[in-house]
Amino acid sequence: MNETVLQVRHLSKSFGDHEVLRDVDFTVSKGEVISIIGSSGSGKSTLLRCMNLLEKPTSGEVLFHGDNIQAPGFNLQTYRAHVGMVFQSFNLFANMTALDNCVVGQMKVLGRSRVQAQNIAMAFLEKVGMSAYVKAKPRQLSGGQKQRVAIARALAMNPEVLLFDEPTSALDPEMVGEVLTVMKDLASTGLTMLVVTHEMGFARDVSDRVVFMDGGVIVESDVPEVVFTQPKHPRTREFLARILEN
Amino acid sequence: MPNAQSGFFEWVFFFVRTYGPMFLQGAGTTLLIALTGTLVGFIIGLAVGYVRAIPCAKEDGAVKYWLLKLARTLLGVYIEVFRSTPMIVQSMVIFYGASSVLHINLPYLLAGFIIVSINTGAYLSEIVRGGIQSVDPGQMEAGLAIGMTYGQTMLNVVLPQAIRNILPALGNEFVVNIKDTSVLNVISVTELYFVSKSAAGTYFKYFEVFFITSVIYFVMTFTITRFLRWVEKKMDGPQNYAIHGSQTVPDVELIPKGGATNE
Repeated sequence: MNETVLQVRHLSKSFGDHEVLRDVDFTVSKGEVISIIGSSGSGKSTLLRCMNLLEKPTSGEVLFHGDNIQAPGFNLQTYRAHVGMVFQSFNLFANMTALDNCVVGQMKVLGRSRVQAQNIAMAFLEKVGMSAYVKAKPRQLSGGQKQRVAIARALAMNPEVLLFDEPTSALDPEMVGEVLTVMKDLASTGLTMLVVTHEMGFARDVSDRVVFMDGGVIVESDVPEVVFTQPKHPRTREFLARILEN
Repeated sequence: MPNAQSGFFEWVFFFVRTYGPMFLQGAGTTLLIALTGTLVGFIIGLAVGYVRAIPCAKEDGAVKYWLLKLARTLLGVYIEVFRSTPMIVQSMVIFYGASSVLHINLPYLLAGFIIVSINTGAYLSEIVRGGIQSVDPGQMEAGLAIGMTYGQTMLNVVLPQAIRNILPALGNEFVVNIKDTSVLNVISVTELYFVSKSAAGTYFKYFEVFFITSVIYFVMTFTITRFLRWVEKKMDGPQNYAIHGSQTVPDVELIPKGGATNE
């Protein structure tokens, strides 16, 4: 068994009276590619957002290499650079070019020089096939292009783990492919990835483990072959039947 | 000097010839106060708007929470007081208040700077706050998610966008200030209106003089409005972008000169 990178223990999150996550336990090992599936409102995105503290858990803890990320004195900035995030709505910095989007974090958080940061940014923009568009502002790019720049931005921070929050849900069908291709490439490089997705093809073919969530709890978690062909839980069966129908 | 039978234009030319330098000086003072007041007011507005936009929840620690609460209440009082009283009254209160309560005789020009700055600051802080709120919250999240602090993301990502969004309002404020500095004549600041009033009073030719005055005000505000429009366009950057490595634009330089050797 590989080294544990992230560990979620007894995590709960409520928004007011609404309990979104209920006592979730969850472990991520080095190099794992995990797909989190489930219907809307099942708590998938909230789980992901709690893992880099964009949402504060109501109770429970998240451990990064054994260290509690909410402990006083824990360096949250460095942690977030190590655990990158790709958003459904891309969230590229609208006032910066594609290149500067990938440069600013490296300079501010990792203290790299502009030249060094630009070289690294260029390398990753090349990797996602966006090196021709370095001078473009986000509003000049298509959704798929924006998402690829967003992935390059996260990669430029040399993350250990990347969290993907429905990275293809806001894309036109024909742009989904270009982003999934980039993600497949990344998965093959051994990067640890957590992907909240509705792309069942990606979940089945690329991930090492599929986690099915429903009603704020993890219902089932296993290798894709088992989850997709012989799910143990009736709710998983129901969900898959519904989603694979179309 | 034209006589009593002289026409409108003769008087206008007379005033332009004799009082030209004074008009220009008055216009210069007006512009100086309006510009300084708007800039300082903008800085005040940015600072106040920034503080009022900091998210604050009780879980972040009691000290921080109550300090923020206190700061916000005080800033709220400042904004309300200065938005709810006319600048002409503020001028009197500040200028004569300083001399009779604090025993400080403010130089006229300095008094003008102070009054216009804090008055503008009150309006602009609300505009800045609105500008910050108009930026997609996803921008802040993205900044935090790559490890930047709240302040770093504010400075590098949110505020530049907020400022771009409020630029028209800022220009508006500048134009209003050029015109509203005229109220400073009540505390004897020798700006354009004050100069005009003196010139007109000497010859009892109010229409002729204030015709010239209005032309000067119009030229100033119109020029500045155009200039600000140009700045807005400039800030938006080019509509098109060069494809990196493109054959048609071969001089697209990505790494700054000398960059490669520094490696």
